[in-house]
Amino acid sequence: MNRVKYRISWFIVVQEITSSNTVVRTFFLLNQRVNDLVDISQLKGFRFEFSLSVEIMKLDFSGLESSAPLYGGSNELLSDGFSAAPSFDLPVTSDFDGFQKNSIQMVKPAKGTTTLAFIFKEGVMVAADSRASMGGYISSQSVKKIIEINPYMLGTMAGGAADCQFWHRNLGIKCRLHELANKRRISVTGASKLLANILYSYRGMGLSVGTMIAGWDEKGPGLYYVDSEGGRLKGTKFSVGSGSPYAYGVLDSGYKYDLTVDEAAELARRAIYHATFRDGASGGVASVYHVGPNGWTKLSGDDVGELHYSYYPVEPAIVEQEMTEAVVA
Amino acid sequence: MTKEHANWSPYDNNGGTCVAIAGADYCVIAADTRMSTGYSILTRDYSKICKLADKSFMASSGFQADVKALQKVLSSRHLIYQHQHNKQMSCPAMAQLLSNTLYYKRFFPYYAFNVLGGLDSEGKGCVFTYDAVGSYERVGYSAQGSGATLITPFLDNQLKSPSPLLLPAKDAVTPLSEAEAVDLVKTCFASATERDIYTGDSVEIIILNANGVRRESEQLRKD
Repeated sequence: MNRVKYRISWFIVVQEITSSNTVVRTFFLLNQRVNDLVDISQLKGFRFEFSLSVEIMKLDFSGLESSAPLYGGSNELLSDGFSAAPSFDLPVTSDFDGFQKNSIQMVKPAKGTTTLAFIFKEGVMVAADSRASMGGYISSQSVKKIIEINPYMLGTMAGGAADCQFWHRNLGIKCRLHELANKRRISVTGASKLLANILYSYRGMGLSVGTMIAGWDEKGPGLYYVDSEGGRLKGTKFSVGSGSPYAYGVLDSGYKYDLTVDEAAELARRAIYHATFRDGASGGVASVYHVGPNGWTKLSGDDVGELHYSYYPVEPAIVEQEMTEAVVA
Repeated sequence: MTKEHANWSPYDNNGGTCVAIAGADYCVIAADTRMSTGYSILTRDYSKICKLADKSFMASSGFQADVKALQKVLSSRHLIYQHQHNKQMSCPAMAQLLSNTLYYKRFFPYYAFNVLGGLDSEGKGCVFTYDAVGSYERVGYSAQGSGATLITPFLDNQLKSPSPLLLPAKDAVTPLSEAEAVDLVKTCFASATERDIYTGDSVEIIILNANGVRRESEQLRKD
């Protein structure tokens, strides 16, 4: 007669019991679990002991500690490969496949790119890398991720390239129409709202856009973050993409409101460089733009491979003994 | 309750590879002529290149039914443009038209991977590369389709030009002559045919320059 050992999923046990509602639910789950095991344990002498005291709100799970090893251990009973199910923690859900798909999506690097923008005394500094990846394949190293909406407003691209390109072009058209209809330029607030409203109306349909709208209008420098979930945030410093944690690190440590244009450009460039260094989905050329009262100007575009050697030059190795050519007689 | 998966897909992949190279005063557009489905070959001499305008040629791989529909849409839009403006569309204009056409079917895409090649208004070669939903970029050379991952690294090695994003800008013109570029394309396809089952049979090469259009064909392995 097969004696099979089961290991109880620990995820039930470690749940924090805070309200009676939770206690009841946990009890129900445990009950279900126990029921399953009880059926199978008809086989022979398999006993469970656990005590539950609802009043004190303190559950004693000592009886649940089964004697089965967590890993390896005594494999003789599991070695035939079929009689015991491998002990995986399974999520308690009705749609297991959907759950798996979502969890894989969750772990995937989101929006392979690095873009950043920040407001400082002299205006807005905008920078981005130029790599486009399709899964693990680099489809292009020269993508323009800073989109020129009009001569005084820039948009950055992160997420789906086609989505960003198309909707930024569309935004540029709308901004121009606004100018013609109202005889004055549209504000950064207005432009970002136009884009956010469009993206919100397509919410849930699979668009992937994580963009920053940077510009200079009558109120001075403006910076908004807009995404395809419908989010729109006003702020002074943003970084978007899979390389953004690295860029934030460099940006946060070097940021001051009173930077000069050159210092701010160097900060932005370094932030992008460090992000491309550590993030596989970012690379190519680091472009830096400045938006001032007279519109935007492109300050620099540097290959990040070359930037690496300019920041960290190769030290010539100290040679102890050098071989010289033998003199030919 | 597990989700039911559809047992019919509106798409199929007919395979094939397309390449385009832009030069100082010429443009080379090439595509193999094999059309397959699964492990079968449907035909050995199917043209994937379409003339959209006097100076614009589009080569597309992927699902050929969608490619055919796309070619028809673009040709008819170009005809309307000619009636309205009394001139041919320039290559950059056609490039944007193609991008918009692809994006309008964002939620039921054309399963087509395109390269658009031609001469711009200054007579310089231009190549535009696309993804399935319309994002595009002007580049010096491009490969799309099943053999693209085999050809692109080779072209990077032979033709890699400084990125157009660099500032101060570096000159990005491919230094190759027309004859060398055609030879390079033939080499690309010969190599891709060796290692990609969907590429082979023969390659159709279109060469565009100031004197007009020339068509060449080269036999490839048929296995």
